[in-house]
Amino acid sequence: MLFEALALQLGYNATLVAIGSALLGISAGVTGTFLFLRKRALVSDAISHATLPGVGLAFIVMVLLGGDGRNLAGLMAGSALSAWIGLICVQSLTRRTRLSEDAAIGAILSVFFGFGVVLLTIIQSMSSGRQAGLDGLLLGSTAGMLMQDAMIIAGGGAITLALVLLLRRAMTLVAFDPQYARSIGIDPDRVDMLTMLLVLSVTVVGLKIVGLILIVALLIIPPVTARFWTERSEKVATYAGVVGGVSGYVGAAISASTPDMPTGPIIVLTCFALFLVSLFLAPERGVLAAYLRHRRFQEKVHIRQGLLSLAQQQPVYEPLTIRLLAREGLARLDGVPTEAGRARAAKALLDEHRWQIVHGMADFEAISSLYDGLRDIESVLTADQLAEIDALIGGPAEVTP
Amino acid sequence: MMGEEFVALSLVPILIGTFTAIACALPGNFLLLRKQALIGDAISHVVLPGIVVAFLVTGTLSTWPMMIGAAFAAIIAVILIEAIRRLGRIETGAAMGVVFTSMFAGGVLLLERSDTSTVHLDVEHALMGNLESLIWLDAMGWSSLLDPVALAGLPPELPRIFVTLLGVLAFLWLFWRPLKISTFDDGFAQGVGIRTGTMGMALVVVSAIAAVAAFDAVGSIIVIAMFICPPAAARLMTNRLEIQIAWSVAFAALSAVLGYVFAGYGPLWFGGQDAVSAAGMIATVSGVILALAALFGPCRSRTGAPSGV
Repeated sequence: MLFEALALQLGYNATLVAIGSALLGISAGVTGTFLFLRKRALVSDAISHATLPGVGLAFIVMVLLGGDGRNLAGLMAGSALSAWIGLICVQSLTRRTRLSEDAAIGAILSVFFGFGVVLLTIIQSMSSGRQAGLDGLLLGSTAGMLMQDAMIIAGGGAITLALVLLLRRAMTLVAFDPQYARSIGIDPDRVDMLTMLLVLSVTVVGLKIVGLILIVALLIIPPVTARFWTERSEKVATYAGVVGGVSGYVGAAISASTPDMPTGPIIVLTCFALFLVSLFLAPERGVLAAYLRHRRFQEKVHIRQGLLSLAQQQPVYEPLTIRLLAREGLARLDGVPTEAGRARAAKALLDEHRWQIVHGMADFEAISSLYDGLRDIESVLTADQLAEIDALIGGPAEVTP
Repeated sequence: MMGEEFVALSLVPILIGTFTAIACALPGNFLLLRKQALIGDAISHVVLPGIVVAFLVTGTLSTWPMMIGAAFAAIIAVILIEAIRRLGRIETGAAMGVVFTSMFAGGVLLLERSDTSTVHLDVEHALMGNLESLIWLDAMGWSSLLDPVALAGLPPELPRIFVTLLGVLAFLWLFWRPLKISTFDDGFAQGVGIRTGTMGMALVVVSAIAAVAAFDAVGSIIVIAMFICPPAAARLMTNRLEIQIAWSVAFAALSAVLGYVFAGYGPLWFGGQDAVSAAGMIATVSGVILALAALFGPCRSRTGAPSGV
């Protein structure tokens, strides 16, 4: 079943939903990246909750004008308008009052959502039974998605993506260095506003598939996931698009191939699974990589300290040190050094003396600061320099009785 | 409006709404000052999976398992946010966004997959609550307040939220000094031997308990709104913590009462027949209060607060 769904063989509706979800995931991931880099990820939470009153008002207006209240384009226009008002409220609360942005976000999202719920109850009483399509916008409902809806979603996603590509330089610049951006004539406030507009359009496009509560996940999780794999901002945006697209596509396929699997939550959980994999397995930034790095560092320190102890003929008590020395063939398990161990120990002690000399010489000040007890001295000094230092140490002094 | 009908139909919801609002607004003050306002938002989202899991485990909708499940979910969420923030070196906002949306999605999925059609448990209920349905059928008028038989028929949500409110008050009273010091100057608090980490966690746990108790009766919208809006409005009125808390309690109570009255009787004034959602209306009123405070509050601006306030 799942493979058929992945190969788009599961019927018209499932195909529409899968393609729509993938497009939505790509544009949400790419757009969310700039929000994430600007450290304002949760503004999307305020924007998405603020769409609800607009949805309600649009429904009421369309019904009063005698149309079908569930027309997706109309609902999207209404939700965009009220999300825009919510965004302006967040901005002005943050700028004009002493409230911080997180308080403004929380206040706006709860108040707008509350007002939206009031409007939903009004709709319930004014035309009972006909509001069924509106509840779907909270958590998304892909059953009975029309070709027309899919076209709107695809078109909206494509336009958003194109705008992000156009604005990517400016948005990256503002995210990393707003002062510099201002000095070369890019107004950070205006760019921020444009970023928010893009987020808003993704939210509105996503209403039908994942719903207004869960669209936040598609804007935040893909960039966070992508950040584990690279240190370059353009690549974060690209990978985030891939993560979002894959989550949308696979999530929609799982939901289509299994009964009682709502699309929105499955897409979000697929995305979360990708996040978990990245958190643990990503090279460099992943938890496993960090653990291995720490482990390697620990081993180097233990071996180094063990060798220095052996060179000074002190017994080694630390069990981990003995185990590591034995594994390297430098000592036996009872702590007695092997031939190779003796040689390495002598070398370690010599290096330590060399470093002592280096610390005392003004010419080597820069190199001296590199000392961390682990670095091989050959990697920072040339053979000639080493010979010079060894001459200063000299051979074993003649013992006079 | 003031007679038997009021006592039976409106008194209990108004009291529950007011107690809920105050129980959430009190810890909200500290969360706001610590720039953790959105913890309330995160908690109210993750309460849903907690309740669903508790229901799946016990098979009933009884109160205590659900409260415990929800509180557990809140604590797990806070730990996960902290773990992801530290392990992945991700800023708090994004870590929060990852955790609460995923847990909420998990809750919705479990709810859809499990057979909960026989019981009153759905996403809409979780979001919007059902304050209007908490009526006191045994009440025959004001005299019922002294009648033990009628009092036994009170909706159980009322004593529950009242006890929660007392618990929140007790927490603030007991830990007032450490809480206040660690909120304003974390380094100094550590210097005088206050365990700031424990204090912060305790505050989050108390908030979670308040949120869970409130959630049961009124849904998650009010919870988020009451955690943030009354304290935020109060913050714009004064520079002193004690006065800010007093204002926030007043704003919370005012939102609850006005919101309920507007929801119940407002549509009648405009010629409608049916009441609108009380939870939504209470959130809306708290937003209007915040807007007024933002426009006219004496300490609204970041600098240059008037002297003598």
